[in-house]
Amino acid sequence: MIETHYPYWLVFVLMMIGLYTVISHGNLVKKLIGLSLFQAAVFILYISLGKVIGGTAPVLEEGVDSYSHPLPHVLILTAIVVGVATTALGLALAVRIFDAYGTLEEDQMLVRAGDGDDGPEDPAGPDRGPDGDGEPGVAP
Amino acid sequence: MSLDLLLNLATGLLMLAGGGFAVTGGVGLLRFPDFYTRVHAVGLTDSAGAGLILLALLLQVPDWGTAVRLVLIMLFLLVTGPTATQALAQAARRDGVRIWLDGERDRG
Amino acid sequence: MNTLALLNVFLFAVLVATALAITRIRALYAAAMLASLFSLVLASLFVMLDAVDVAFTEAAVGAGVSTVLFLSVLALTRSREAVTPRRKRWPAGLVVLLTGGTLLFASQDLPPFGAPDTPVQQHPVTDVYLVDSTEQIGIPNTVTAVLASYRGYDTLGELVVIFTAGVAVLLLLTRLPHPQDPAGAPESAAPARYPDRASVVLADYRVLRVVSKLLMPFILLFACYVLFHGEYGPGGGFQAGMILAAGVILFGLVFGLDVARRVLPRPVLLVLIAAGVLLYAGVGVADLLLGGAFLDYDVLRPGSPQAGQQLGILLVETGVGITVAAVMTAVFFSFAGRGVSR
Repeated sequence: MIETHYPYWLVFVLMMIGLYTVISHGNLVKKLIGLSLFQAAVFILYISLGKVIGGTAPVLEEGVDSYSHPLPHVLILTAIVVGVATTALGLALAVRIFDAYGTLEEDQMLVRAGDGDDGPEDPAGPDRGPDGDGEPGVAP
Repeated sequence: MSLDLLLNLATGLLMLAGGGFAVTGGVGLLRFPDFYTRVHAVGLTDSAGAGLILLALLLQVPDWGTAVRLVLIMLFLLVTGPTATQALAQAARRDGVRIWLDGERDRG
Repeated sequence: MNTLALLNVFLFAVLVATALAITRIRALYAAAMLASLFSLVLASLFVMLDAVDVAFTEAAVGAGVSTVLFLSVLALTRSREAVTPRRKRWPAGLVVLLTGGTLLFASQDLPPFGAPDTPVQQHPVTDVYLVDSTEQIGIPNTVTAVLASYRGYDTLGELVVIFTAGVAVLLLLTRLPHPQDPAGAPESAAPARYPDRASVVLADYRVLRVVSKLLMPFILLFACYVLFHGEYGPGGGFQAGMILAAGVILFGLVFGLDVARRVLPRPVLLVLIAAGVLLYAGVGVADLLLGGAFLDYDVLRPGSPQAGQQLGILLVETGVGITVAAVMTAVFFSFAGRGVSR
């Protein structure tokens, strides 16, 4: 059982590490990194399902009769690029949240949003960057 | 001694040497006392190790196209490896990372 | 077979160790660099699993653009995270154990790793992709054939997702000019997108500047090579777009954002982001007008469906490359143009 299933188990270990990072850590950037770990584990799972031992990459050549399956490669190729695009979107959200609340920690954000009604307009703390004026895009 | 056997022997030796360089670089990364010595260790051994491994592969290629590609990769690594090391060291110097002087306690 | 298993296990062990280190490290710059290392080792694992196209993409994406994005966000915000409180660790651990246990239990039904007679390999579509594609399309790289032709509709959808993500990042991060500019301030003439930064311009690093200037044409040429050679070897539009974006990002990092923005001004980028998607969908519409189905490239060259397929794949991959490159470049410019917060 071990020789035939060890890649899947190792993939699940990676997945669980990523999941743990997403759930338990409060920092938004750390969550995004954990999410990309989880994504990577899913990619490995798909690719390992298409692998044929004794085969080669699915580029047709003379004298080769056994290829790994190309379909998982296609799906994962696009998934990787889409993954980085959505990670970029998540990071953009994190930047805006930092501008609004002055912190990237979940607990701190809840505390600051709880004090006073105008949370996003009046960020507490000296750790706001020298952005000059406030956020012009945030409507009162 | 046939040419094949010689080539295989040379490939094996070069690969071992390249791998040895890389491992030495890793040991240096862990054991050296300050940032600049570590960067120096890793920069040197990475370029050397990668170059040797690529040389070893060069002895085994079946056709000229792959050989040219390997040579291009080797040139690229030889150009960018030392550049990265220099940029790291200069950035650290600008930032004020202290140079470890002989006899001091081990810093980070 | 044993050597393969040993190598796989070794690479997996490195991945698991890196993942554990990423979880534990509180200095986020270090976590981002470890994530880049994770991507490189992951690319090696993909090569071991015969997925050369995927390894190419993962190396270009993970070790290049993704790391730059994380580091630029960390430059804009705080870089050290707080310690996870204990009350959060137990529920997380419980969820992880339950999910992991369920997955392990369900994995008994998964087919053995690498067997040639799994349901995936036995499906009739495998023969279509590996055997029939030679006469229907005629290109050696079956991954490109499947990506651009057999599953072309899916790829169009994925391209639209990338386009949407790019537009969303631009929406979130574009700083609109303040409606009431302070009187007499010199910045009121220029758009408020370029705040005054006293940051170090990397062009002061002479070696880096010279080497970057030397390498730029080769990087861009390599991106074009990857795009056009994607039919004969590992490559294609996605990889080419990421490499092109990485070249522009290198230029922007070394020579300063202002110079890079002069090379690729915002209107040009916005047009390019849309142009790729329009090219892809345009090929489909052209097929409709020529009498075939949507994205049926056979009709592009009447009388020779193989040549039509190859032309269609080339056009479609070019569209993909244009949009991916433009989106990644625009995203980087948005992050970098935000100003450094320390």
